[in-house]
Amino acid sequence: MRIALFVTCLVDLMRPRIGFAAIRLLEAAGCEVVVPETQTCCGQPAFNSGDRASAALLAKKVIIEFEGYEYVVAPSGSCADQIRNEYPGLLGDDPEWHGRAAALASRVHELTDFLVNVAKLDKLPGEFAGSITYHDSCAGLRSLGIKRQPRALLAKLPGVELREMPGAEECCGFGGTFSVKFGEISAAIAGKKCANACTTEADAIVGGDLGCLLNIEGKLRRMGDEKTRVLHIAEVLAGDR
Amino acid sequence: MQIRSMFFKANASSALANPVLQANLRTSKGKFVDKRRTAVADFQAEGGDFEAMRVAAAEVRNLVLKDLDLWLEKFEAAATARGATVLWAKDGEEICRHVVDIARRHGVKKAVKSKSMLSEEAGLNQALEASGIAPVETDLGEYILQINDNEPPSHIIAPVVHKSLDEVADLFEKVHKKPRKTEIPELTREAREALRQHFLDADMGISGGNFLVAETGSVALVTNEGNGRMVTTLPRVHVVVTGIEKVIPTLEDLSLLLRVLIRSATGQHISNYVSLLTGVKQPAEHDGPEHLYFVLVDNGRADLVASEFQDMLRCIRCGACMNHCPVYQTIGGHAYGWVYPGPMGSVLTPLYQGLDKAIDLPHAATLCNQCGVVCPVRIPLPELLRKLREQQVDKNLRPWLERLALKTWAWVASKPKLYALGTRFGVRYLNWLAGGSDRIRVLGAAPEWTLGRDFPAPEGRTFRELYAARKP
Ligand code: SF4
Repeated sequence: MRIALFVTCLVDLMRPRIGFAAIRLLEAAGCEVVVPETQTCCGQPAFNSGDRASAALLAKKVIIEFEGYEYVVAPSGSCADQIRNEYPGLLGDDPEWHGRAAALASRVHELTDFLVNVAKLDKLPGEFAGSITYHDSCAGLRSLGIKRQPRALLAKLPGVELREMPGAEECCGFGGTFSVKFGEISAAIAGKKCANACTTEADAIVGGDLGCLLNIEGKLRRMGDEKTRVLHIAEVLAGDR
Repeated sequence: MQIRSMFFKANASSALANPVLQANLRTSKGKFVDKRRTAVADFQAEGGDFEAMRVAAAEVRNLVLKDLDLWLEKFEAAATARGATVLWAKDGEEICRHVVDIARRHGVKKAVKSKSMLSEEAGLNQALEASGIAPVETDLGEYILQINDNEPPSHIIAPVVHKSLDEVADLFEKVHKKPRKTEIPELTREAREALRQHFLDADMGISGGNFLVAETGSVALVTNEGNGRMVTTLPRVHVVVTGIEKVIPTLEDLSLLLRVLIRSATGQHISNYVSLLTGVKQPAEHDGPEHLYFVLVDNGRADLVASEFQDMLRCIRCGACMNHCPVYQTIGGHAYGWVYPGPMGSVLTPLYQGLDKAIDLPHAATLCNQCGVVCPVRIPLPELLRKLREQQVDKNLRPWLERLALKTWAWVASKPKLYALGTRFGVRYLNWLAGGSDRIRVLGAAPEWTLGRDFPAPEGRTFRELYAARKP
């Protein structure tokens, strides 16, 4: 199966190792992974800020770059949701582009969803020893139904002990540009998320969206917690390397 | 009510810095969210299908909104046939004029009120006072606010949710001039004693309306304190002030909507009181008002019909969206600055008061959709907030720096070579800021981020650089 990896702009910029971990996982699932070189961002920040024109410009670019592949996989529920659920509406005024967006949409998957439901990955390349608490990111959970998938994958790692936190499905306060427009509120919400996560005393807080993870890690460190690790699910499943 | 939504950010800051409010918000959030969850689970356990009921409830509301004028005419005809008078109000001023006129016509000196958010929209209490008519709030929460110097409500169904027991005890001691009570039953008894005489003295009762039933011309009221019954049956005159969108076709529809409304609102299966009030007192009847008026209010609603915001008119004012909103849970309702807080308020305030009067509200949400998935009539609140953001951009209402930043960034992101170069430098700059550590404590480019948290440092090089280097 030939699939294209949508790296996401945050992973590109902040945590390349998540991109490489995703590649290792997809290869372990028997996929041939292509990383289209010209890719940049899915345009969600513009879309959510009300700048439809900019969002449409980037949406068309993504469609051109990715429509030739059987599947597109992103290590982010939020970006996958943008392409899958928002592009067709965003380009709804133009029948040709709408058709192309709709044709791409159903082939776009969030990483854990793809590994579980499409590639049916059985043996994971990584190892992890320790306790984990999982944060369900909003777009992945509520728009793509990502809940069981990461947990099913974690269950395949014998060294992992999953400890559910109270309010795992509650927003961490990131909200994309919200985090820089209303920093105080955003950080206060992150504080509640961290407090909930810390009640489990898990070694690591794990999630599937880097935006949330940067928010959570930043808050934890400011709160003086130096020991709890904050990891992307791909890093855990593929092993640190 | 005077709008103060332009001070959202400052209001939110003071809310965050208020430890008493923060403690109160923590308690109330737990209660609302848990109770709704349990109520839905109970319903499912009894073989019900709550999701199917949400779909059906949304359908009923859509059906009405499609032909709102016709349903309103039906309601008017049925209500008039039962002896009621139906009046129409275009805006807050007209609400006040109607109610004051009615009061004058019937020689009213004192009016008792049960909860009506529309009277908040209109500032009705002030208008009544100015005309020499004393309004007395009888919903316990609204009463507390009224005696606290007409403080505005912070929640649509639990107006004093921001207050602690201690604060109410202090207030009662000060206003009632009686020994300080500390238990809830004692406090409610004291309020009841204070209100009793008002009920008996009042010549007019003013209520809101949860639903208007077109087939019977009735108004349905959902309350938990029983004050609604007194307000609508004791005085000679009863005035219902409610929005034109509240009409529904039949009693059958009412029973459906009550089932979703009450579970979503308080997590009860049914509220302590559900009143269905139809027409004036008939010769053989013992109670009920001699005169019944409906003041049906537009105040911005009609403009939403057939617009891209029509979905918002489905709202049945349950409050679930705010109860489940991480932002509301963190700052409370006052920060939003007008009658309606939380996600539904952030949609309604700009629509009813003007986009430019509430510039922050559509952005004051993480778009997490915790509201959308609990809304009993399935209003896509995040989508509506986003549409308002689009309108702000189209009307050039956003700060120029933000618009420029977005445009520049999108332009760069559409040019892969330039983007690669830009991110290459960006990452190195961030790393330099981190000074070899794993975090940035003050981020000049996005200072808001580091107000209350660190910004983790990037790994070092971009994925694209590393991937290119790795390739054979
Ligand atoms: S928008 Fe939905 S959840 Fe919010 S108050 Fe209205 S009906 Fe309830």
